[in-house]
Amino acid sequence: MKLLYFAWLKTRTGRAEEELSPPDGVATVGALVDWLKTRGPGYQAAFAEMRAIRAAVNQEYVGLDHPVRPGDEVAFFPPMTGG
Amino acid sequence: MIRVQREDFDPGAELAALTAGDHSVGGVVSFVGLVRDMAAGQPIRAMTLEHYPGMTEKKLAEIETEARKRWPIEASLIVHRYGRLEPGARIVLVIVASSHRQAAFEACAFLVDWLKTQAPFWKEEETEAGTHWVEAKSEDDDAAARWRKRPNEAAE
Repeated sequence: MKLLYFAWLKTRTGRAEEELSPPDGVATVGALVDWLKTRGPGYQAAFAEMRAIRAAVNQEYVGLDHPVRPGDEVAFFPPMTGG
Repeated sequence: MIRVQREDFDPGAELAALTAGDHSVGGVVSFVGLVRDMAAGQPIRAMTLEHYPGMTEKKLAEIETEARKRWPIEASLIVHRYGRLEPGARIVLVIVASSHRQAAFEACAFLVDWLKTQAPFWKEEETEAGTHWVEAKSEDDDAAARWRKRPNEAAE
């Protein structure tokens, strides 16, 4: 699974992207976040306030209950501020 | 047409190229977004625009397709820059050409409002105190929400 982090999520996790293989039980975006938070204080800081975080799976905006599968591209970022 | 690029653009040249040879166009509306030198009362030295390559182009194309469903558009162009930009620099260009001015005005406003909340861009501002990520504004959500179709309109 390819994970991408943007804006302050990138700063807090200390990486822009990484390739990870979450355990079998991790089947939704929300479960993926819970698992990522076990990976260290940087991840805990990044995902401390889920209200301020948006997610995309395979480049479509999704909610926390959306399924994730091996091979998916999953991105986490704050609300957009373009234009 | 969609372009996401680091380089600056020339609004006049883009406008002329978009409508060249198309004499069905009766009006062209353009919007150019610039970097301001102040934000929340603080002077800004520069801002850096980050984006999600691939998804950015995809979302901008979706937004453009939605505009073409809603209004009779002859031609349209969205150019959005990324990277470090100083006050006065151009950030975004939206051009809409239509047979009639009302469609062009409305579609241009729609595109600007929607790309602000739907396109995956994030701004980091540089001030004397350091750098910080800009928070999304609720008025941008409100501006985008006014274009949301009501349920009874969705079937039309």
